[in-house]
Amino acid sequence: MSRSRRLKLQVFRTAVFLVMGAFFLVPIGAMFEFSTRGNSVTAPRNLDAWTNILKTPDLIDAITASLELAAITSIAMLVLLLPTMVWVRLRLPRLNRIVEFLSLLPLTIPAIALVVGLFPISRWMRINISDSILMLSVFYVILVMPYSYRALDAGLAAIDIKTLSEAARSLGAGWATVMLRIIVPNMSSAILNACLLSVAVVLGEYTFANLLTYENLQVAIAYVGLVSAGTSIAVAVAALLFAFVLLMILSFVGRPPVPIAKAEDADFQVSQTVGLSGGLIGRSGR
Amino acid sequence: MTVGAAATGRGVEVRLEDLQRRYANTTALAGLTLTMAPGELVALLGPSGCGKTTALRLLAGLEVPDSGKVVVDNVDITNVPANRRGIGMVFQAYSLFPHMTAQQNVAFGLSLHKVNAAERKRRTDEMLELVGLSRYANRYAHQLSGGQQQRVALARALAIQPTVLLLDEPLSALDAKVRSRLRDEIRRVQLEVGTTTLFVTHDQEEALAIADRVGVMNAGRLEQLDSPTAIYSKPATPFVAEFVGLTNRLAGEVRNGEVDVRGIRLPLVQPEAANGPAVALVRPENVSLVADGEMNAGPLVGTVIAVSFLGATSRVTVDLGDVIVMAQLPTSEATAHTAGTKVRLALRKEPVLIARDEKASSEA
Repeated sequence: MSRSRRLKLQVFRTAVFLVMGAFFLVPIGAMFEFSTRGNSVTAPRNLDAWTNILKTPDLIDAITASLELAAITSIAMLVLLLPTMVWVRLRLPRLNRIVEFLSLLPLTIPAIALVVGLFPISRWMRINISDSILMLSVFYVILVMPYSYRALDAGLAAIDIKTLSEAARSLGAGWATVMLRIIVPNMSSAILNACLLSVAVVLGEYTFANLLTYENLQVAIAYVGLVSAGTSIAVAVAALLFAFVLLMILSFVGRPPVPIAKAEDADFQVSQTVGLSGGLIGRSGR
Repeated sequence: MTVGAAATGRGVEVRLEDLQRRYANTTALAGLTLTMAPGELVALLGPSGCGKTTALRLLAGLEVPDSGKVVVDNVDITNVPANRRGIGMVFQAYSLFPHMTAQQNVAFGLSLHKVNAAERKRRTDEMLELVGLSRYANRYAHQLSGGQQQRVALARALAIQPTVLLLDEPLSALDAKVRSRLRDEIRRVQLEVGTTTLFVTHDQEEALAIADRVGVMNAGRLEQLDSPTAIYSKPATPFVAEFVGLTNRLAGEVRNGEVDVRGIRLPLVQPEAANGPAVALVRPENVSLVADGEMNAGPLVGTVIAVSFLGATSRVTVDLGDVIVMAQLPTSEATAHTAGTKVRLALRKEPVLIARDEKASSEA
């Protein structure tokens, strides 16, 4: 590559990086700026909106509930989806398309339609099981499935699970050991990715919680916004920063070890000349 | 190089009794019966789809037969799951666990068998030494070459001191030079540990070079199970004769226990064969060339079209006009025949197999 071409490429990359950076950071910066404004045009900047987060019990409860929901949903999604996908790939590959279709289906149905459909189940669960907000995780698993499926599917495609699981089984591993000690460690990035997407979806979810009359983070932000716009924006910025930190963790965890050059095949301890085995080579000329 | 006492002389008898396996409308195995003596290395050889890998997977417990029995050391293990069979396996595809080093890979099976840490370390080191990879113990799979990965896989399979070792085309992903070396390495290790071994391959050179006995499979059946020499020199069926080694197909006529090929009468392996047209299967080494005297046109006179140097021997390809014949000669003799020269073929009167198929009538 010529020097001028390399320079042009570098300029292009930098420009794209700056534009994309501005696209994501300017709104967050604007939100932060708004959350630090005083009560009047002339009032000095302050962090009252941010300190109000801690002084609003309902908000703290909602944040806690959303974080718990995010954790429960991620774990439930993994427990449900990963073994199913592995089993389908190993034993029922013909069902792969059907499982993919079913997993992606929630993406095509508007949240409002899903809520209407799931409302009778929600009511039954509230009466017969629990009224806790954590019951929302049952519905959130459905909601995060399309995103998590894609992430896990990419991870599974990157490893030869059939050979690896058969190798482990021949060495004495049961299916639980195959899952926990062979498959999961080899797709840790995909699992983290799926979890991050689940967390992001759950933290940003509003429709389900609001229509089923639960108060999660987004519903609380909306309520707080009616009283104090600054505080609701501060919570939203905090939620975005939380997702950003998760992304950073994801980019540093699960990186492969620093590669070392491959050894040559020639380093056999037993040396011998390659035999020219004449008559035994090849088949009859049919 | 030493191997732990427990790892030596561990061969057990293996019996596959009338194994049958069907997939939808395809019969992968149509009643395979095979007995392997303790410590023996048997190679299953055959074309793709002949059922050899299915047989190996049934023995490993990775698949369940429709009928028949798998008996190891006089114990019926047909319904025992793969992880409780104690059978080691090396796969065609690279199968090292990518997130573990070579050492951790070898130790994996031992940890599942609840071997204590000190013993695990000792046996892991011993196995890596056995395959000559002690200095690569801390490398991950992606830091090892293909041949090294397969050697670690072999060490890993042997570390659990398996009753039977299964090798599913372990060399097919490697280049020719490495393949040849690793083949000898596998044989050396197998002889050293004495584990009964089933080696599946479609490469006849590999099978004939490594095995105590070779089983040639076709369409889910075992056509012949014999020593490599017998498989090559005394093939039991036309399929074995044609699949193993090179064979000339020469049209002829069976008459009274002999086959007439272009005026030369050759004895038959099966003298009871019915009279009629047939194709004689003649090995290239049973064809010799004469280049002196007059070369008038005749059924056995042709033109040399190629001479292939193979080392001690050479292969001379002769065009008889209606059929191409190969002769395998000592290189010193073959050099007398250059491309374009006229030669007369002579057929050694060794018993030949005959095939009666659709080609018999066309290859006159």
